[in-house]
Amino acid sequence: MEEKTYVEDIDRSLYDFRNEDKDAYRIEEGLTREIVEQISREKHDPEWMREFRLKSLAIYNASRMPQWGPSIEGLNMDNIVTYVRPNTTMQGKWEDVPEDIKNTFERLGIPQAEQTSLAGVGAQYDSEIVYHNVCKEVEEQGVVYTDMESALNGPYADMVREHFMKLVPPADHKFAALHGAVWSGGSFVYVPKGVKVAIPLQSYFRLNAKGAGQFEHTLIIVDEGADLHFIEGCSAPKYNVANLHAGCVELFVGKNAKLRYSTIENWSKNMYNLNTKRALVAEGGTIEWVSGSFGSHVSYLYPMSILNGAKAHSEFTGVTFAGHSQNLDTGCKVVHNAPHTTSIVNTRSISKSGGISTFRSSVVVTNKAKHAKSSVSCQSLMLDNISRSDTIPAIDVRTADADIGHEAKIGRISDDAVFYLMSRGISEEEAKAMIVSGFADNVSKELPLEYAVEMNNLIRLEMQGSIG
Amino acid sequence: MAEELLQVRNLQVNVEDKQILHSIDLDIKPGETHVLMGPNGAGKSTLGYALMGNPKYTVSEGTILFGGEDITKLPVDKRARLGMFLSFQNPLEVPGISLSSFLKTALEQQRGVRIKAWDFRKELRQAMALLQMDNKYAERDLNTGFSGGEKKKAEILQLLMLNPKLAILDETDSGLDVDAVKIVSQGIKTFQEHRNGALLIITHNTKILEALHVDKTHILAQGSIIKNAGPELVEEISKHGFEQFLQK
Repeated sequence: MEEKTYVEDIDRSLYDFRNEDKDAYRIEEGLTREIVEQISREKHDPEWMREFRLKSLAIYNASRMPQWGPSIEGLNMDNIVTYVRPNTTMQGKWEDVPEDIKNTFERLGIPQAEQTSLAGVGAQYDSEIVYHNVCKEVEEQGVVYTDMESALNGPYADMVREHFMKLVPPADHKFAALHGAVWSGGSFVYVPKGVKVAIPLQSYFRLNAKGAGQFEHTLIIVDEGADLHFIEGCSAPKYNVANLHAGCVELFVGKNAKLRYSTIENWSKNMYNLNTKRALVAEGGTIEWVSGSFGSHVSYLYPMSILNGAKAHSEFTGVTFAGHSQNLDTGCKVVHNAPHTTSIVNTRSISKSGGISTFRSSVVVTNKAKHAKSSVSCQSLMLDNISRSDTIPAIDVRTADADIGHEAKIGRISDDAVFYLMSRGISEEEAKAMIVSGFADNVSKELPLEYAVEMNNLIRLEMQGSIG
Repeated sequence: MAEELLQVRNLQVNVEDKQILHSIDLDIKPGETHVLMGPNGAGKSTLGYALMGNPKYTVSEGTILFGGEDITKLPVDKRARLGMFLSFQNPLEVPGISLSSFLKTALEQQRGVRIKAWDFRKELRQAMALLQMDNKYAERDLNTGFSGGEKKKAEILQLLMLNPKLAILDETDSGLDVDAVKIVSQGIKTFQEHRNGALLIITHNTKILEALHVDKTHILAQGSIIKNAGPELVEEISKHGFEQFLQK
């Protein structure tokens, strides 16, 4: 049956459509002090931000490319356009968004989802947010959900300044520094004390421009006892030149607060996805990451949870699907830095058609984290003999009474299970898609229904052509 | 004489390089119930798999006609859609797919139309009630963590829902307690009587056959059918075993 597990390249037309970047303001390629200054001017940065950008640029220039992960040689910063502004200002109504951009988001189902199942939506097109709206009820609860630029100059400016890139400092790594220098777009969310937001907020990031980078910054602060579910979606059409995504997500979870951060990343296969996500969790707080990584040529993605107060808790549920020509290096990090902190990591990775999927986990338990508990489980499914799946766990425990578990499994799609499903009249392609979707159900069952459906469609799309 | 539903001629089957079945002939008419018995390792399950089209079992000689169509080289899903069904001796566990969504997908692929959730649920509830299955099983992952008995019930549930023309039951009674055998046998009887379905029942023991009407009995030993007879053979084997036939 070996030849039967061959999977052809997929039809991604659903996501692959692209618009001309007509009329858009496009900064010169590459990265110089002049370019960074120009971005800062274009965006009407406060002075501290201009300085922050320049400081970040200096760090960027002084730091080395990461040497430990998948190759990013195909990424030449001299060819990347760091800022592309669509020809519109931010709108609060879909009908005011220019036709081609609105059509893009309609094809991706964003306005429809807003109507049926979201409390607020932000939509970013290339470097800028083009649409932002929060439903009235949520606004009345005191919840702030706005684009980062407005936040920098609005009533929450001090709060933004106090938190911006404090969790992910520019010195963290080269692409954090790059982000600090050229970041643009993204969302700011503040949920006041005790406020529970019943339905999710969503940001959708669409990178349309060829050879461009997207560097959105997401800053979420969930105050004491508050509760929020935030959803992030990403996609881009395919070009034959490299695109870069180096976003940054900083999450602050207050005492006894809870934040769920769900992501479906579905980049095109020319994308270098070098994204940094981090959460700081106070006493009794909970961070839940739900993460689906599809698409991109190379990904480096390891959301990190710092459990900084007693009984803080983190849960990471992820799935990664690496197909032909993809090298996805994903995983997560947890730092237990207070007593009785707990963490659960449950990931699945799928590789096919020569795709490489690497799962890295890092669990650090400091000497303050008495009675910390952590369990890491990762399962891999390889769909053929030419694909690859690696698991690289790191565990560093500095206290004697921690309870740490790690479990890893690698398997293949079972011919017997395929035969079983087919014996009920299900086609081979459908049978395999069902088995793979079932394998990834740790994530799909955590997602709101619409997103679970979208994720299963992505899997189906990836499995298309797997006929014997 | 009614047209044959299944017509097997000179069927020879290999697993890897080893020949397991030698020159099998078998005819089943619509609505008929055939019983296939024989000692362990005789090739009974192999025949079931080969008829259903498991790619691990290669047909080196002979033909299988189903409803007059040559299906010898047809993939398994196409055979299923023509109306063939195999109840597995060891049903596979498939995590992450609920029994109900699996069944709905199978039905939709078979019928080529979308089925309304409401209609489907009604049909499913009825079949589950007949098999005394808790409705909760519909939402559990397919066979995952099911007991042996629940797995077999789930197989018969699929049989009743998919409603094939011919069902091959591979030791559906093995590993079942007395009560479960009764319930499963009731399900099979419903298929036999109300759906006019044909059956090829592969079994070791005769308990499951007590309540069922049987038309023909075959004994398979060392890869060959060594005896064809009527329903009376079931009782004889149940009393005296296979030994007398094997020695001849």
